[in-house]
This record gives sequence, C-alpha cells and structure tokens, in this order.
Amino acid sequence: MSAEPLSFQDLILTLHAYWSDKGCVILQPYDVEVGAGTLHPATVLRALGPKSWNAAYVQPSRRPADGRYGENPNRLQHYYQYQVILKPNPPDMQDLYLGSLAAIGLDPTLHDIRFVEDDWENPTVGAWGLGWEVWCDGMEVSQYTYFQQVGGLDVDPVAGELTYGLERLCMYVQGVDNVYDLKFNKAGVTYGEVFLENERQQSAANFHGFDVAMLQRQFVDMETEVRSLLGQTGPQGQVLVLPAYDRVLKASHLFNLMDARGAIAVAERQSYIGRIRDLCKMCAEAWLKQQTAAA
Amino acid sequence: MPQLLLELFSEEIPARMQAQAARDLERMAREKLAEAGFIPEGVKAFAGPRRLTLVADGVPPAQSDRNEERKGPRANAPDQAVEGFLRSTGLTRDQLVERDGALFAVIAKKGRPTPEIIAEMTQQIVRGFPWPKSMKWGTGSLRWVRPLQRILCVFDGEVVALDIDGIKAGDLSEGHRFMGARQPFRARTFDQYADGLAAGFVVLEAEERRARILHEARTLCHARNLELVEDEGLLDEVAGLAEWPTPILGDMDPAFLDLPAEVIRTSMRTHQKYFAVRDPKTGKLAPHFVTVANIEAIDGGAAIAAGNARVLSARLNDARFFWDEDRKVSLESRLEKLKGVTFHAKLGTMYERVERIETLAREIAPLVGADPELAAQAARLAKADLGTGMVGEFPELQGLMGGYYARAEGLPDVVAAAVRDHYKPVGPSDSVPTAPVSVAVALADKLDTLVGFFAIDEKPTGSRDPYALRRAALGVIRIVLDKGVRLHLGRWADASLLAFFADRLKVLLRDQGKRHDLVDAVFALGDDDLVRIVDRIEALDGFLKTEDGANLLAGYRRAANILKAEEKKGALPTGPASAMPEAPQEELALIATLRNAQPEIEIALKDERFADALSMMAFLRAPVDAFFDKVLVNAEDAAVRQNRLRLLAQVRDAMGLVADFSLIAG
Repeated sequence: MSAEPLSFQDLILTLHAYWSDKGCVILQPYDVEVGAGTLHPATVLRALGPKSWNAAYVQPSRRPADGRYGENPNRLQHYYQYQVILKPNPPDMQDLYLGSLAAIGLDPTLHDIRFVEDDWENPTVGAWGLGWEVWCDGMEVSQYTYFQQVGGLDVDPVAGELTYGLERLCMYVQGVDNVYDLKFNKAGVTYGEVFLENERQQSAANFHGFDVAMLQRQFVDMETEVRSLLGQTGPQGQVLVLPAYDRVLKASHLFNLMDARGAIAVAERQSYIGRIRDLCKMCAEAWLKQQTAAA
Repeated sequence: MPQLLLELFSEEIPARMQAQAARDLERMAREKLAEAGFIPEGVKAFAGPRRLTLVADGVPPAQSDRNEERKGPRANAPDQAVEGFLRSTGLTRDQLVERDGALFAVIAKKGRPTPEIIAEMTQQIVRGFPWPKSMKWGTGSLRWVRPLQRILCVFDGEVVALDIDGIKAGDLSEGHRFMGARQPFRARTFDQYADGLAAGFVVLEAEERRARILHEARTLCHARNLELVEDEGLLDEVAGLAEWPTPILGDMDPAFLDLPAEVIRTSMRTHQKYFAVRDPKTGKLAPHFVTVANIEAIDGGAAIAAGNARVLSARLNDARFFWDEDRKVSLESRLEKLKGVTFHAKLGTMYERVERIETLAREIAPLVGADPELAAQAARLAKADLGTGMVGEFPELQGLMGGYYARAEGLPDVVAAAVRDHYKPVGPSDSVPTAPVSVAVALADKLDTLVGFFAIDEKPTGSRDPYALRRAALGVIRIVLDKGVRLHLGRWADASLLAFFADRLKVLLRDQGKRHDLVDAVFALGDDDLVRIVDRIEALDGFLKTEDGANLLAGYRRAANILKAEEKKGALPTGPASAMPEAPQEELALIATLRNAQPEIEIALKDERFADALSMMAFLRAPVDAFFDKVLVNAEDAAVRQNRLRLLAQVRDAMGLVADFSLIAG
C-alpha cells in the first residue's frame, strides 16, 4: 500500500482512470433507486444482445432493510457499488481485475487475494452467473461474475461483471473500522459528515415512516405502467422498453421498502418477486428484440 | 514406454468440486484408453485451484494392428447377398472364410498412432466433463467450470496436435499467480512439469496441500502453547483454495470470548474459513485463529494477519449485535412472528406447527417421565429462535441459540436444555437427548414432521427425501430405544407411516450388525411399541440360533405348508384338536404338550417375557418332530384327518403369538 491511502473519492477516481484506460465508457450513476449496480440498465439490458459493450460506473445502492440508523459501523441502507461490465468478457479479465486492485494499492505479494466460489443469482431479474467472491485478507472486496442469463434469456456473448463494494474496500485500504470515519477527500471531510444524517433519517422512514398502503398502491401503479409502456411505440416505431424498465426498477424498490417495513408475509414474498421477474423478463425480451433487429 | 501428460489450466475451480473432478478425469481417461486397447502402467489425476492434471505412464506409441471379424450371410445365400457383403467389406469372394455354414470377413485394421487417439480422447473428456455446474465465456461455445485458459497435452515428449474451440494444446504450464517467475514454463515430461510447479510455488497434490496446512498450522499453534481445533471438512475446503497454502496465526480481540463459543466457531468457519484455536490447559477457545493464505507474503504475513483480524472483528461485532439485540426480546414474544412464516403450503404456518408440537409434547411427557407443563412450555419456545438475528445469520445454530436465549431470560434449565436439544439426533453420529423434557420435545418435533408429511403424501422416494423424513424416523427410533420409551406409535402414525418406521428399524438393526429380517415377522403382529418390538426381535433371534429354534421353524413351515395346501381345497376345520381314541401316541403327546404350553406362553407374552415364551415354545419341538415323523396327517378317515389339521393349526397359531414365522427368511 502506498504511504498515503486513497480517500473515498480518490478511490473512485483511480478506478475511473483505470477502467477508462482499458476502453470502458465511464457512466454516471443511474437516477432511479436500485438495490445493486447490476440493475442499472447499462448492465441488465446491455448484457443482452450481440453488441460489444464495456462500461464502468458508480451506482448508489439502496437496501432499506440494511439501515441501522447510522449506528452500525458496517451496515448502511445507502452505499456505493463500483460496477464494471465487459462484453464479451476479454480472455484476460482476471488479470485486468487484479490490475485494478494494484492500482488502488492492494499489492498481491503483500495481501492474500483469493477467488472463492460464489454463484451469483438475482431472482428478481431472472439473472444468474458463475464466478467468485474475491477475498483480500479474508474480506470480500468484489463480486466477479460471468453472466449466463438475464431476464431468463441466455447472455451471448457472455458478459463479465465486476462489482466492488466501495465503502468496504475503502475501509480496508484506509485501515478504518467504522465506515463513518472514512476520509471522503484529502481535505479532511469524512464519510460521516456527508452521509450520517442521511442514514438516520432514511432508516427511520424505511422502518416506520412510509405508508404501507401507499407503497402497495404505487407498486401496482408501476406494474400497470410497465405493461402499458411496453404496448406503446416511439417515433421510430420502437417499443418503449427503456422507460418501461425504469418502472420495473421503481417497483423493485417499492418492494424493498415494503419488505423493510415487515409488510410482506413470507408466503407473499415469492409472489412479489415473481411479479417483478415477469416485468423484467418482458423488458429483457423487448430489448433483445430491438438489439437483434438493430444488429 | 511413453508417457502422456495432460493439464487443463483454468480460472479458479470451486474447492468443493476438485476431488470429484480428479476422480472423473482419471476414470474417463482410463475408459477412453481402454477403448483404444491401451492398459497403461499407471494413470493418476490431480486437481487444484487452477488445474486438472493427468499423467499416464506406459502408453504404447501406436495401437497394434488388429484383425476384425465380421459375420456375413450364410454360405449358401443367394449371390446378391454375398456380393453386397463383399462390397461393404471391400474383399473378394476367395478372401472370405467359411465357418459353421456362414461367411466371415476378416478385415485387417491398421493401428492408429497414439497422439491421434489422445487428441480424440481429450476432446471427448473436455466436452463431456461432468461438472456439477458449468458455464460459457466470451464468444465461445465451450463449457467448463470456469473459463478454460490453456491446455498442455504432451505424448512421448511431443505436443499432441489438438484444438478445442480455439484453444490449441501446447507444452506450456504456469506456476502460482502471485509468486515466483509468474511466467509460463515448458514441460514435455511429468518430471519437468512437477519441477516447474515446485519452482513456481504450486503444490500439485491435494493430499500434500492438506498435510502442509495441518503440519504448519499445528506448528504455529504449538509455538504459542496453543492447540488447533481440527476440522476435516474445513481442511478439505481450504486445501482447494490455495496453490501454495500458507497458514497464518492471527489474533482475535479477547473481549469477544464472552460470546457463545459455537457462535465464534461458526463465524470463523462459515464466513471466514478460519480454524479456531484453543487453550490446551482449559480446553476453551483462545483469542486466536488460523487462516490459510495463498502466498508467503513479503512481510512474513503481518499485513495478512492484521487484515484478517480486522475482518473477524467486524464479523464478531455483527454477531455481538445479534447476541445483544436478540436477548432484549423474550422467546415467547417472538412466537407472533412465526404466524407469518409458512412451514409448508399444505401444513400451515410455523406457528401452527408449534401448536401441534406443543400438544404432542404434552401428550408424550407422561410417557417419558417429564412434567407435561414444562414439556409444553419448551415445545412452545423450541422454534422461537428462528426469528432471531443470530439464527438468521447462522441457520446452523438453530436450537442452540434458543437454548442460550432461554437460559438468559431465566427459564428453567430443563426447558432451556430441551429447546437446545430438540433437533437431536441430527445425524447418525449425533447423540440422543436424555433429559425427560428434552426427550418429549424431540419426539414431538419429529412425530409432527412425519405425521404431517405422510398425511399430505410427501413420502421419501428413492434418493429423494427433501424433508429428511428418514432422519426424523430414525431419530424417533433411536430416542425411543435408547430411553426405553413405551409408546404406541399407532396413536399418531397411520399404517403407511408404521411401515416406514419398520423399514427404518431394519436399516438401524442392519447397521448394528443385527438380524433385520425378523422385523417383518414381528411387525406383522400389528404391534406399534418399538421397545417391545425390539425385545421380541432379540428374543426371537436368540431362539432361532438354538437347535430347538431352528428345528421348530422347520416344523412350523411343514405345518404351514400342509395347511396352506388344504386351505385351497376348502375351509379348514376350526376349534381345538381332541384326543381321539386310538390316536397314535405322538399325536396325543403333541396335544398334551400344546395344552400345557399354550397358557404358559400366553402368560409370558402378556408379561413381555419373550425369552420365557420362546423357551416354553421349545418344548413343542420334540413332539412336533415326532408327530411329523410317525403320523400321517392325510389319513383315510376324514374325522382323523380333520382332527390332525386342527392340531397343526393350533401349533401354527400358538407360534404365531410370538411372531409371524412365515416371514422369517433362511
């Protein structure tokens, strides 16, 4: 590790520079709430279809049930993932990935880097792949996946996905035990100064604040809207799949909020997940059709 | 003789799949080589995190030439048929051989060069490899467990020409990802390959990786007066996660030692794949751990130890959070939450299940000497820990955590112990609960599972037993027999579940090396008290080993066969045989013996003195033998015959009081 560990923002900037140098499109975060960087259309939709696609971006991820009112040093209901998608995955993808760790100061001759089996799946978007959790000194620093299916459709060519948990990675790099103590920049601003109050208020709203009946209504509204949009076409005759997919993301987030409120009985859970998966599958199919036609 | 060396070099292979992959590779290679007519002197396969390797010694450079014989038409067949055969074989009429009236073509087959066969074999192995899960990558269509990067395939010092989905075989391999030269090296023999790997910080053999980990980990602990908590399953796993496994001893904050030891060990094992360490003086966990790194770090492992210690602290902080939070809520008040947890779509919620278990435990309690109220209380709380944070995080700690939490909230010790132990025995090597309240709840838990799933016809079939019903039934049997619990399973179990218990009992007796065929003979009596059933089986087993027993069984069969044959002709006469005037002495003797023995047998059976009942029955042996020896059942006189059939029926029925002897094998 270098003498001065990277600040949170420098960690992001370093990854941006690294992946930009490798030919990736550097995107900005998607402006709809998502539970994971994978759900960004730049991954879920772009993984499908024959076209090559290389992108990297930071994605704020919301996990309402993980909120701890800012009192837990490791758990947050809002945190950042760094996401890289390489399609088709290049043959030296593992080396590229290890290069990114070296760039942020993790020297593999000093630290124990291991690839530990982890088969990734996300039932709400009908996606799965094989890969690993990447461990650095016993800590999971990334998820590394070769996508096999998205929206229930085969990913061909195969896309490789890298997800770095930025806070955790940065805590490791900076040697900090509490996320709120992270140096956000070199000028002395901490992560806590930026986000602690947000965690407190959002946790309260997630666990007690939202009106469950309203969330349920909104969920149904989004569900209806997805179907409606998929039945409409744009100026060039194309199905409105991108706006439809945004509503799938909203439905998915509403589900997470209801879940955090404890408003979803175990028996209902599968049914909700199935409903979101169906919507997602419809979007994936429409998208793939557009991509194949365009190619 | 030449050597074949094959290495399939890939990205990291899941640890749990490696051992089977090595076995599959060896098996497939042996089969393919045998098909080609090769019996190598030695075939050995290896698996590690990034490679599968096969070496076969003593493979000939080429197949030998062979003659293949093909049968053609009969010698006197029409010309057309013969000509067709000649065309298909490319021979002339005079080259055919005639034998037993048929024509045979002997076709000389030129042996193929071995490299060709190896190339074909490797294609087949790679394309047909039975990975539990496989994937595609990039733009290719090949499937492997993770991307296949390189193939080394050398025969007799030469590269075998081979291309699998764009991957050309060569003579290059490479060592460790992070240590040594980090450059590919050339290998044309296994010795060169092994040297290259050794120089490149790779331990090829899984067994050697295991031994290295165990030895170094013990040494590290020993040097600090500590003792490694050994764990075979974990050792196998970590040996599959590192090519150059390097144990490192790390420190844990001693403040965490106030957490339950099982929580610390589970967190270390499942999350971190660490070995726990104990103090040999006290036998308790020591504030240390052993992690197995993949590198010998340039700083001696200090950064790795420190990093792992911090990760463990974060994990244990989480565990402590759950431990503290969970204890703020009583188990009783967690029950409400179980109403929202489906146990099974057709069997209701977990809460309904708890209510059933509670009722059962209350019923069973008096039969096992437990206080019904305490048993009901323990049953009610047994599943409450499913809603705790700790069990959510570590499902394998269910029951155990409930026990801790019950004790923490001041519930009676017997209740806490029953909550803790009610899943027992969880496997054949696990102990059975012994405290009466624990026994009642453990039985209630398993009976509810069995009765429920049998009621909705979810019975195990073949190897499918998704609800672990076999384990549950075996658990009931072991507890009941161990504690001598007298209970009538028929109170809860229907005929099909009773038959299932009989099957499990057979398996158990067989595993104990006991005679299991007697289970049917005893179960056929309709008894549903396992303790009595097993007592009866043991007495019967002892009896059949005696000469009297074996002979009486033969006599029984003879009687039963005669009766069966007579039954086909019409209904058998009923009632006891009478001592007819002029009856032979042997007939009268058997009647008398039976008259004396029968009430004694019945009394002994009523008192459950099965051995006594059987020794009483042994008195029948001599008169039965003598009767068959001297008396003709099928007498001319119908009345005499009828009387003798009555007598045989009496013998059969008397013996039938103890077991259904017709179901005894041998």
